[in-house]
Amino acid sequence: MSTMLFAQQILNGLLDGVYYLLIALGLSLIFSLGGIVNLAHGAFYAIGAYLTLVISPYVGFGGSLVLSPIAVALFGILIERFLFRRFYRSDPILSLLLTFGLAMVAEQALRMIFGAPPLSYSIPSWLRGQVFLGDFVYSFYRTMLLIVAATCVLALWFLLQKTAFGRVVRAGVQNPDMVGALGISLEPYMAAVAAIGIGLAGLAGVLLAPIYSVHPAMGADIITPAFVVVVIGGLGSFWGVVVAALLVGLVKGVMIAIGYSAASTAAIYLLMLIVLLVRPRGLFGERITRFE
Amino acid sequence: MSHHDEVSRRGLLKGAAGMALLAGIGAPAIVRAQSDAIRIGHLTPRTGFLGPLGEYAVMAIDLAAEEINASGGVMGRKIELLKEDSVNPQTASTKAERMFERDNVTCILGEISSASCLTIAQVAQRNKKIFINTGGNSDALRGGDCKKYMFHVEAQNSMYVKSVGRSFLRDGLVNGKSWYSLTADYAFGHDLLKVAKRFMEGNGGKFAGDDLVPTDATDFSSYLLKIRNAKPDLVVLNLAGNQITNFLKQYAEFGLKFPVGGFGFDTALAWAAGKGNFVGTWPVVWHHLIDTAGSKAFVAAFTKKYGKPPENQAWGDYMALKIMAQSMNELKTTDQTKIVEHLEKGAKFDVLKTREGYFRAQDHQLMQEMYAITALPADQIKNQWDIFKSSAPVPGPNESLEVIASTKDEATCNFGS
Repeated sequence: MSTMLFAQQILNGLLDGVYYLLIALGLSLIFSLGGIVNLAHGAFYAIGAYLTLVISPYVGFGGSLVLSPIAVALFGILIERFLFRRFYRSDPILSLLLTFGLAMVAEQALRMIFGAPPLSYSIPSWLRGQVFLGDFVYSFYRTMLLIVAATCVLALWFLLQKTAFGRVVRAGVQNPDMVGALGISLEPYMAAVAAIGIGLAGLAGVLLAPIYSVHPAMGADIITPAFVVVVIGGLGSFWGVVVAALLVGLVKGVMIAIGYSAASTAAIYLLMLIVLLVRPRGLFGERITRFE
Repeated sequence: MSHHDEVSRRGLLKGAAGMALLAGIGAPAIVRAQSDAIRIGHLTPRTGFLGPLGEYAVMAIDLAAEEINASGGVMGRKIELLKEDSVNPQTASTKAERMFERDNVTCILGEISSASCLTIAQVAQRNKKIFINTGGNSDALRGGDCKKYMFHVEAQNSMYVKSVGRSFLRDGLVNGKSWYSLTADYAFGHDLLKVAKRFMEGNGGKFAGDDLVPTDATDFSSYLLKIRNAKPDLVVLNLAGNQITNFLKQYAEFGLKFPVGGFGFDTALAWAAGKGNFVGTWPVVWHHLIDTAGSKAFVAAFTKKYGKPPENQAWGDYMALKIMAQSMNELKTTDQTKIVEHLEKGAKFDVLKTREGYFRAQDHQLMQEMYAITALPADQIKNQWDIFKSSAPVPGPNESLEVIASTKDEATCNFGS
């Protein structure tokens, strides 16, 4: 195999990881702060994709790129306010059941509204074509996708690390009781975190609708690898999730490139197993007393 | 906010959640026994990756039952359908057992997954009741796993490969050419790859590349980079369901221009890929543009009832019920063993194509014409449904219908004796 092809495969694998990242960051945030394993996260991704199909004839793909994630985020606030909030302090198995049920309800609702067969949606004409950089040829749409996703990830990092909002959230992850004792109510922060995390899933749905099949169970396709990313990355660590997502994409891409495609999915689970054996808290997982 | 408000809102929420939950689970099929109705079981996957096709199957069998009942039923008795989601091979087997033993169904029709076909057929065989497979393609079901009480309206993999293979031969894409194939990494894909390789080697072609794809893969970019580098003469897909749609969308995204084809297909996948993304030549057992009076009437009735044309899976379940009803009417009995004999004797049926079909006695496969469909260029497409053109029926008018089916050497069936 030529070095050029291999380089392309490596870059492509890293990019593949970025899609998981958009889902995994939200999962990780919601779990770290509220202790809720959100199995319904994939459903919000599917809702984002279906929303794009519905509204882009009116507002265009560009409009949907802004409006759909916001709509999904608002929906996320409702879910947080009326459902998640009741389960923050209860046994995690209860919230697991809740979100599992929620995922099923959402999937079946999509099936009842839009029908079970996949719906067609294409890349808008202004985003089609290829990018040429010497011998390196790559899809223009995916290049744009990478820019949008990377911008969101950086913005989220800035929000969590450099603002007063982020400091409260990080403190809340470590010790919610202490934050409460300092007179800060975590409730509005929880709502904001749920909105951001769920909105990111909606954004992933919009971005992937043109290149993936849009069908009611599409959320189930992406949720498992996203969980693997969260587990490998380690809870409470922003960069852990980022590195894990890239690593998962890379491992998958390289396995396909070197001709072991049949094992490409198995490889990411093997990676998870090895990481957990060596570092039980994940790559950059922090010690969070509540979860020990 | 008053306390009263809080309570009533919570009550409302609970009610809404309860209703949503009920809607999600779906009300179980409640059947009121009508003493004189003929009960027929229908099992097909309605959730999971085959769910989209299962939905067409359900719509079509409802339509068939409606038409049969409107025209006098079977021996003057109404048909009553008992329909359930088969979910997976284990559940399918349990539900088939319950249908035969508790609900007293006359026979069971349906299914798409070859694995579930096998478990249902085993139950049907034990009960000496017929199971008509309407969507499972695997050659093994017509070979080593064949059953005396199982019949196949759906075509087998060999028929798919040989009918679209003729198009590839005609277009000069086989002899001395190189193919790049992607194969779904489970029983259906492996079975298809085996038949495809036999065809390829028999006709002087070779493989430039041959990758197995995990069934949960959604992103094909790594494969597309390999394909672009390998420069094959034809990209061949032995994939199923959403994977074909995903592949076609991303193939268009990467701007690759090698001819594309595949050995298994459903028209719903072409519709889901959509204009501009759908490319290549594919085999189908039936499609909504077939120019016969029977097909036109079926398409018109289906479109009137459901607002969209039927896809090939709809045809399979529609035909199965029509065939069963016609056989019972002609024999004036619901006795399944007599119907098996009748079908084995080569009874002919209008299967909405130019020639009549019949079940081959040696493996119970419906002998019938097949079609290869080719994507239309974007500027010739008038609506979201008619996005392909069809080959003439395969085999041609002067050939035996059996030339595209598996030979006795390729798949040996001895009905367990």
